[in-house]
Amino acid sequence: MSQKDQDKINLKRRRFLIATTTITGGTIVGVAAAPFVFSMEPSAAAVAAGAPIEVDISKIAPGELITVKWRARPVWVLNRTRPQLNELPKLDPRLKDPDSKQPQQIAACVNGYRSLKPKYFICVAICTHLGCVPTYRPDIAPPDLGPNWEGGFFCPCHGSRYDLAGRVFDGSPAPLNLPVPPHYYINETTVRIGELKGGGEKNWHPKTW
Amino acid sequence: MNKQNSGLLTWVNTRFPLSELWNEHMARYYAPKNFNFWYYFGSLALLVLVMQIVTGIWLAMNYTPNSKLAFDSVEYIMRDVPWGWLIRFMHSTGASAFFIIIYLHMFRGLIYGSYKRPRELIWLIGAVIFVLLMAEAFMGYLLPWGQMSYWGAEVITSLFGAIPWVGGGLETWIRGDYNVANATLNRFFAWHVVLIPILLLALVLIHIIALHRVGSNNPDGVEIHDNTDDKGVPLDGVPFHPYYTVKDLVGVGVFLTLFALVVFFAPTLHGWFLEPDNFQMANTLKTPPEIKPLWYFMPFYAMLRSVPNKLTGVITMGASIFLIFLAPWLDSSPVKSHRYRGALYQLALGIFAFTFVFLGYMGQEAPTPAHADLGFRFTELYFSFFILMIIYSKPRSHRSYISILVIAFLLIFALDWLRVGAIPISIMLRTWWIPVLYWLVFISLPIFTRLHLPEKVPARVTSK
Repeated sequence: MSQKDQDKINLKRRRFLIATTTITGGTIVGVAAAPFVFSMEPSAAAVAAGAPIEVDISKIAPGELITVKWRARPVWVLNRTRPQLNELPKLDPRLKDPDSKQPQQIAACVNGYRSLKPKYFICVAICTHLGCVPTYRPDIAPPDLGPNWEGGFFCPCHGSRYDLAGRVFDGSPAPLNLPVPPHYYINETTVRIGELKGGGEKNWHPKTW
Repeated sequence: MNKQNSGLLTWVNTRFPLSELWNEHMARYYAPKNFNFWYYFGSLALLVLVMQIVTGIWLAMNYTPNSKLAFDSVEYIMRDVPWGWLIRFMHSTGASAFFIIIYLHMFRGLIYGSYKRPRELIWLIGAVIFVLLMAEAFMGYLLPWGQMSYWGAEVITSLFGAIPWVGGGLETWIRGDYNVANATLNRFFAWHVVLIPILLLALVLIHIIALHRVGSNNPDGVEIHDNTDDKGVPLDGVPFHPYYTVKDLVGVGVFLTLFALVVFFAPTLHGWFLEPDNFQMANTLKTPPEIKPLWYFMPFYAMLRSVPNKLTGVITMGASIFLIFLAPWLDSSPVKSHRYRGALYQLALGIFAFTFVFLGYMGQEAPTPAHADLGFRFTELYFSFFILMIIYSKPRSHRSYISILVIAFLLIFALDWLRVGAIPISIMLRTWWIPVLYWLVFISLPIFTRLHLPEKVPARVTSK
């Protein structure tokens, strides 16, 4: 090999080496980044604490509402009476979203009662306005809520009004219906809140909590 | 530095370019001689950055990043740690002071055209610093784990949930839990005290290096390096040290006086610098009556709230910040300073400043439809200014002005049309004239007057 050949730069080989080194190095950096990205996911403890909950509904009397805690949020389970259920369709003209068109509930609850079983209404008890917890007001036409009140949920913070299917009334500052989280019935008396049957929709999000 | 100074300096200089750096950035860095009041805020921002880092380190000595202990550890700093109250109030007041200074610093760049060629990169780096500063302030606000800390973080992190498809997963990933929880507090602490300060320091350094490569702009927007003596020293320049180091010291004195007044006599500034709700520990089941961010986020928060759709609101807020980055390419007028940009552009700058402040005011008002509508009108004005920057880059034909006006009116009408249903029409009918008048003034006056035309820029800086 002459001196001239030694000084000659093999550009083809250099480009090949640059390309392979870049691709290999880039892949290694990408793979090495993965544990750091996944490390930011909820920890095993957080996942366990946020697991679906099972609620015994057999002891909820008609007209009674219980509050359970799921993922640091209050969740209501309400046993609606027949007269309360009969009232719901009549309220449609006074509601912002009577047909549940906004994605505030799981698909199976897009119906007039916003529930799987008409009787039991399950929702996250957080007002869609600014996140306060509304109150359960089953009394008909109380003095503080006026003669039009047929029983429902009332938010004391800014006066948002919902019916007993968590549908928001026109004129409320809240824009959306109360969210209905994923849930299903394990048997006649137990409901599992936090996922669908088969474990789907664990990370379900409404438009607004 | 003196040559005969010492053998030590020579010893250092042969191993590290100490004198070279000093000369390049201080003693022989020539800055225009006509700097005015607006030029205090760069050095003041640096001062506050240092102050935040020092007070932050001292706070970290006693703070506990754990959702069960954080609130109490802040109270411990306030009550039991010697001088802890002073260090904490310096840090909390420093955060607000930082934003006051940065907003004025950015406005300086805007009115004197400091973002223009050849200073685009300085502006871009500065805009990144601004975004990082917002992230830093937001994360720092979670650390005391008060009611507003928690709910503010809950609301802001939920904005990521508005992104289609990935939103829900992204929200959980950022929080490290299904709601803002201990994991969120811990990571925000790590980012607030380690990650972002490192990035901020690095970016501030390259902000200054980029500035010293192209040289400072000035109130006349004249390049001083175009007129130099035979040694290449600008005729209208003075060495940064001692002239501007001494000038900036005066600014530091005035600033520290005002700063001390707040720290000692009104550390919460009536709820503006520290919100009353934040003196209660975070309660995941009870929201404060009104969730709102601190004052420095209010203009952007007002834009977010005034758009009826959540995702569009988030996009609007993002765009309002992104447009700041684009300023050097939106405005291609060769004239830098507002002094020679013509009366109409000056008016537009004034209205823009008012719009920003007014949006801030709207951000802390109750979220009624009337306020949302007024907020929307001023959001329109905010964006209008950036569009006007493009239009006012050069004089245009009468025909273009007329078409622009027609398009603007159609756009304003279309935006109102989209809001029907979310905002009562009667409310919109009360405010539609605000953007219409804005566009009418800024597009029809160039047809009938010469108020939009730039004036002649002097060759040398004026001594004003």
